[in-house]
Amino acid sequence: MIIEVLYLAATVLFIVGLKMMSGVPTAKTGNLLSAVGMGLAILATLMRGGEFTWTQIIAGIVVGSVIGVVSATKVQMTAMPQMVALFNGVGGGASQLVAIAELYRSGSELPLIALIAVQLSVFVGALTFSGSVVAFAKLQELMPGRPILFTGQHWINVLLLLGAILLGGWVTVDPGAWGPFILLNLVGLVLGILVVIPIGGADMPVVISLLNSYSGVAGATTGFVLFNNALIITGSLVGASGIILTNIMCKGMNRSLTNVLFGGFGAVSTAGSTTISATGAVSEGTIDDAVTVLQNAQQVIIVPGYGMAVSQAQHALREVGDLLSSDGATVKYAIHPVAGRMPGHMNVLLAEANVSYDQICDLEDINDEFSKTDAVIVVGANDVVNPGAKTNPSSPIYGMPILNVDEARTVIVLKRSMSPGFAGIDNELFVLPNTMMVFGDAKQTLTKMVQGLKN
Amino acid sequence: MANEVMLAVYVFVLAIFVGFEVISKVPPILHTPLMSGSNAISGITLVGALIAAGYGGFDLLGLLGFLAVTFGTINVVGGYLVTDRMLRMFKREEKGQRGKSQ
Repeated sequence: MIIEVLYLAATVLFIVGLKMMSGVPTAKTGNLLSAVGMGLAILATLMRGGEFTWTQIIAGIVVGSVIGVVSATKVQMTAMPQMVALFNGVGGGASQLVAIAELYRSGSELPLIALIAVQLSVFVGALTFSGSVVAFAKLQELMPGRPILFTGQHWINVLLLLGAILLGGWVTVDPGAWGPFILLNLVGLVLGILVVIPIGGADMPVVISLLNSYSGVAGATTGFVLFNNALIITGSLVGASGIILTNIMCKGMNRSLTNVLFGGFGAVSTAGSTTISATGAVSEGTIDDAVTVLQNAQQVIIVPGYGMAVSQAQHALREVGDLLSSDGATVKYAIHPVAGRMPGHMNVLLAEANVSYDQICDLEDINDEFSKTDAVIVVGANDVVNPGAKTNPSSPIYGMPILNVDEARTVIVLKRSMSPGFAGIDNELFVLPNTMMVFGDAKQTLTKMVQGLKN
Repeated sequence: MANEVMLAVYVFVLAIFVGFEVISKVPPILHTPLMSGSNAISGITLVGALIAAGYGGFDLLGLLGFLAVTFGTINVVGGYLVTDRMLRMFKREEKGQRGKSQ
């Protein structure tokens, strides 16, 4: 009884905690409540004990805690997406291992629904684990971030999926069939790899939120294995959250989920990049030119992209922003929904640099303001500010919602070179008459701008 | 048994609705902490891992349990800590403090 009450309390705390994530002032407390809920769930489980052997439990908790604490405190904010991917992956892996253990322990004694859940849990868990590891490797640049495609890829995936269904059915009918069960585990692992390798770096936000959803589904199915409502509810919550974020990311890129998963975006559009849609002269400006423009601006909007994160320029950027606002200008930061490597990543990077979250605006809130803005600073953003998405029907990103920076009086683009962004297409913004290109490393350029603004 | 299964399915379906209701209200600025926080919650599978490890001895079951507990703990501990670290960075500007002093 007390155990059930504790599980119930944990579930309520998870829901309340997630609900409190809907506002910055309450989010921290929400996360804490959710963590307390987790503590209660763990406590409840340990109280079932009696004939428990404690060695493995304690060893696992100690080893896991050390790894968890060290990685969570050491990770850089730019590397957050791969860290979350990895945490996701071990969550999926844990679900897989629990299901294996449960089949091993209870085998043919498991009721039918639990047997089916074991197969699902093992399969989804394995897929989440290996898929997350590949996502981590891509983001960490341990393997190429570009899409890896080969002929017949989709057919192999379909065959593997069919094979998994058959193997799952086999084990459900004959729970003692370890050969097919081990094979099912392997198919899940292989499919996880194959599903993620064709997805390019720019599409990673979608993949990470999708894997997040899978880890929830794996948890929920484990709940069906153990007949534990706390697991079922929690898993569904996470599953739903992942799907919502996935949907938001897809909308941000104006693409369907199938297109992201099977399209090989980068690979397709590289072919398109040979046709140069953007014509006109590039006007290059010096840092002094940019400073002069900024000093005369009443309203400035800053658009950070992943290029800013790569050169760790968020602190220098914030300094520029602060100097301008102390000079009397209105300074806002505009964030595109898919800026960064996971949903909302750019907000975290700006928060790290102490940018006040009141100054940070979403695409929908700020897009009408560009036409009233004197100067826009684009730092390492590319596709999300490409007017071709509005005007060029042949562009692969046509129809994607973009930040209307081209409507501002002057656009200052900080960029290393004219090279295209992840979508591999030319940016018409760079040749517009009101655009000034300032070439160089974003951090160095911004640091020099700070000097210029101070003088 | 059939009742128990149906009840679990009810719980599952209703929880999905609750999830959509709760999470669709989270603004984009908090999406990364939301994801890492909900990710930490998915470490609830640790509950299952503890049971598996508890029933195991120094055998295959014990080994599976140990690995599952380790993985689940990384997910839970790492996930909550990293979320907290991110949320601590979100600050509102204190009016009049910055810039105006010069």
